[in-house]
Amino acid sequence: MVTITYVEFDGTAHQVQVEPGNSLMKGAVYNGVPGIDAECGGACACATCHVYVDDEWFARLPEAQGEESGMLEFANEPQTGSRLSCQIVVTPEMDGLVVRMPEFQS
Amino acid sequence: MNKRIVIIGAGQAGGTAAAQLRQQGYEGEVVLIGNEQVPPYQRPPLSKAWLKGEAAATDLYMKPESFYADKQIDLRLGRSAEAIDTSTMTVRLDDETEVKFDHLVLACGARARALPNVDASVKGVHYLRSMEDASQLKSTLQQCKHLVIVGGGFIGLEVAASARLLGVKVTLLEREPRLLSRLCSETLSAYLLDLHQQQGVTILQGAELESMTQENGAVSGVQLSDGSVLECDALLVGVGSQPNIELAIQAGLECDAGVIVDEHAQTSHPAISAIGDMTQRPVVGADYLLRLESVPSSLEQAKQVALRLSEKPVANAELPWFWSDQYSTKIQMAGLTAASSRTILRGTLEDGQFSVFHFAGDTLIAAECVNAPRDFMVARKAIANSAKVNLDVLTNTEKALSEALI
Repeated sequence: MVTITYVEFDGTAHQVQVEPGNSLMKGAVYNGVPGIDAECGGACACATCHVYVDDEWFARLPEAQGEESGMLEFANEPQTGSRLSCQIVVTPEMDGLVVRMPEFQS
Repeated sequence: MNKRIVIIGAGQAGGTAAAQLRQQGYEGEVVLIGNEQVPPYQRPPLSKAWLKGEAAATDLYMKPESFYADKQIDLRLGRSAEAIDTSTMTVRLDDETEVKFDHLVLACGARARALPNVDASVKGVHYLRSMEDASQLKSTLQQCKHLVIVGGGFIGLEVAASARLLGVKVTLLEREPRLLSRLCSETLSAYLLDLHQQQGVTILQGAELESMTQENGAVSGVQLSDGSVLECDALLVGVGSQPNIELAIQAGLECDAGVIVDEHAQTSHPAISAIGDMTQRPVVGADYLLRLESVPSSLEQAKQVALRLSEKPVANAELPWFWSDQYSTKIQMAGLTAASSRTILRGTLEDGQFSVFHFAGDTLIAAECVNAPRDFMVARKAIANSAKVNLDVLTNTEKALSEALI
């Protein structure tokens, strides 16, 4: 199990255990972490699983592919650390990862 | 407010309503009743990842099974509601138990529309709605030689794509002159026809199923209205859905093509709400009530009812949108096309990346985006904001779509 911390916009932090192989989005939704809507269930079709990845982690994650990049550009309040959490597969190397949620997903 | 809320239907709408109630801090009793044997799950992957063997049941669950007990949601699976008594405010279940409610949320969904000339009890004959249906279809696809699909809608097209990726021969019958004729532009129909044909699907347009034949209890072929006969050992019917409104009608709720609800998922009875595929609802972009069979619509209504019952402020109404994945093609649609008087193409079909914009007069009302996520995201906002569009920039793919907005 991998420890991931999801931080809500108001600062509330949720530290959860996610099984490797699941997406970062699933890790949040499954553990009842609010702030990630994931309307399309992980199909990279809605951009409502948007998270901000902390600087120290961003470069360590596999890069966003074309579809994700396209959606991300127009997610709500995109920033440099923006990623769609449904496209990031959790690996043991991500133990300790911290991501933040935008104020709104849409 | 500590009313006891009973939700009938544990699909995506019902499941989301229950979860959202707790997320909004609702502390009253919540009972969630579903007639399937599994907790709330996502249906879209059933025609895609599930058939291709890329997802297990638990991958589709919207929440882990433990979630419901953890959040004090009384989840009752494998139970169906037989009758609603609005004078005693109780629901009678199929096991004779009576469940009392202060507020009832109907989320009964829809069932696959059945064709009278198709015998679904015959081996190899399938409809696709539930995980159970999808399990059976998946088994068939693993050993059949030739699948005939009746219906060129999203179910038919997505299953055709999955079946081709599994190496199954596929013939798709579409009754209308083109695919998705009620929903999509001719441009998109033409693109999809070509996409599927390139992948080896035989598509017969203007073709209607007359009857099916069987041998030794298994489907052996189909006869079309023009007299032609096709041999097959698998048959999938995907010709639309029928809302499960029988309970609502019996309860005396106002119904038309679905249960009539307002923009807060409220039915004609003050203690009853309805959400999801069974409803006919107000929709942004239409001046009449619609039955919108889509996941985004169901989720929106689930949130509407959760916010209302939790006495939270209402959310803004959402523009309808939809997505479909076929092979490696991503189709995203925003807005309603019904009032469209003309379309403008951005990009080319040859590129495999394009958007079809629908206008009613000068107003952009809908967009169909194929492998064009940026266009989709921009169009979605533009349509919702009734933005004016510069048509020269719109069709110029050297410029970002956002530059076309005036």
